[in-house]
Amino acid sequence: MTWKQMFTSSVGKKLIMGFTGLFLILFLIVHVSLNAFIWANDGGVMFNQGAHFMGSTVVPRILEIGLFLGIILHIVQGYMLESQNRKARGKVKYAVSYGNKGSKWYSRSMALLGTIILLFLIVHISHFWLPNRSHQGFLLGEEINLYQTMKEVFSNIWVVLVYVLSCISLGYHLAHGFQSAFRTLGVHNKKYNTMLTSIGYCFSIVISLAFALMPISFYLGWIQ
Amino acid sequence: MEHYNMNLNLKVWRQKNSKTKGEFKMYRVENISSEMSFLEMFDVLNERLIEEGDDPIAFDHDCREGICGMCSMYIDGKPHGPWQGNTTCQLHMRAFKDGDTIVVEPWRANSFPVIKDLVVDRTAFDRIIQAGGYISVNTGNAVDGNALPINKNMADASFAAAMCIGCGACVAACKNSSAMLFLSAKVSHLALLPQGEPERKSRVLDMVAQMDKEGFGSCTNTGACEATCPKEISISYIAKLNNEYLCAGLTTE
Ligand code: HEM
Ligand code: SF4
Ligand code: FES
Repeated sequence: MTWKQMFTSSVGKKLIMGFTGLFLILFLIVHVSLNAFIWANDGGVMFNQGAHFMGSTVVPRILEIGLFLGIILHIVQGYMLESQNRKARGKVKYAVSYGNKGSKWYSRSMALLGTIILLFLIVHISHFWLPNRSHQGFLLGEEINLYQTMKEVFSNIWVVLVYVLSCISLGYHLAHGFQSAFRTLGVHNKKYNTMLTSIGYCFSIVISLAFALMPISFYLGWIQ
Repeated sequence: MEHYNMNLNLKVWRQKNSKTKGEFKMYRVENISSEMSFLEMFDVLNERLIEEGDDPIAFDHDCREGICGMCSMYIDGKPHGPWQGNTTCQLHMRAFKDGDTIVVEPWRANSFPVIKDLVVDRTAFDRIIQAGGYISVNTGNAVDGNALPINKNMADASFAAAMCIGCGACVAACKNSSAMLFLSAKVSHLALLPQGEPERKSRVLDMVAQMDKEGFGSCTNTGACEATCPKEISISYIAKLNNEYLCAGLTTE
């Protein structure tokens, strides 16, 4: 079996979703940890140092390319799977749907939740990443004061609401995705699956809450 | 439980053949005993339809004891009806009350086209089995039954997978029309036994390839299949299948 055959079958495509999904989860851990520096409440000194390390040193910038590739792969593969799955379903729908009796709504809504995350990503990248990188000439140039940018961006209630809503979508995407990814990659021991499901729920709540609290903290003036 | 009789309204999918468009028709059935099976209730209705010169409702059935997997009916929003771990033929009318309206639909999936009314074409499953759901045994003298030592837990897990009757309810319940619960049961059943070892890698790869060729969707791990399976096949067999696929894919030429 060639690599191509292996990763283009229905199971192979899911392997890619699982790998890239877990990779994005690792990214989220790094991202949330570094951003948590805002709560040092030191006027952004510590946060900007962290941001400077991520933006102006070579290794993180190379990893950043990997991150973009991973995200694009996850999104493209996700939409391809969704469209194939819809085709497999056929044209005539059930008059009475099985719905929540057989599965959780968010497990059936991964593409919808993913789409909300994607739209958010576009907004989010144009808030911070793009202005900063273009200021740097997309190389390792001088950065803008990201802490200051955050303060300005998060003074708008609508922006804060969009961020909070997106964090909720991310939370539900992960509430299913976290444990699903391990199943997809072949973890079939019930002992581990039960544990991973619980860890997944905790992780989704902690991650989405932590991210949501960032704009809220700025808006409510908890940090200066 | 008390025996009782009931009158029911049935909303049943009628479709002449795979080419025509189908539609729901309402039927009234009276004096149905709570001790009848769901299929017997359909028999009563069909006899009446024949007497009245109407076309009886086509539905699949064979054993009527929950082992053949033929009785494919999607009843009130769930394959095989409201009971857990149960087939349509073993669903009894005491699951319903007087005056109920019951909606009966065929399995809906592109790979299971409707042949007539509630009968769908499930030969795609046969072709998936043919692609790898077998073991090769050389003919000759019969081997002593206990010659191959098998771990009891493995034998039990294999048997639990072998319970799959190929009914297709998992496909019918899945939002992706994925056949992964069925496939995972068939692959795991043999992968867990020493007799399945020689074809272990080619089996999973060939059966997945055939499943894709038949046009079934992929698995999102929603769990609707497990919740509806009359034989209560566990969704962890799907993870087992993924594991088999990954190992086979990485180690074959
Ligand atoms: C930081 C962002 C994201 C993370 C951490 C993430 C994580 C995950 C994880 C862990 C899974 C489970 C994989 C599996 O079941 O094997 C998953 C599934 C999925 N993701 Fe994402 N995801 C993210 C963003 C997105 C985006 C932007 C989309 C866009 C459209 C998306 C679409 C999907 C879809 C459709 C699935 C379900 C695939 C299936 O099971 O059929 N995700 N995601
Ligand atoms: S796994 Fe269960 S629902 Fe699917 S075909 Fe087998 S017995 Fe039927
Ligand atoms: S008719 Fe055989 S399982 Fe129902």
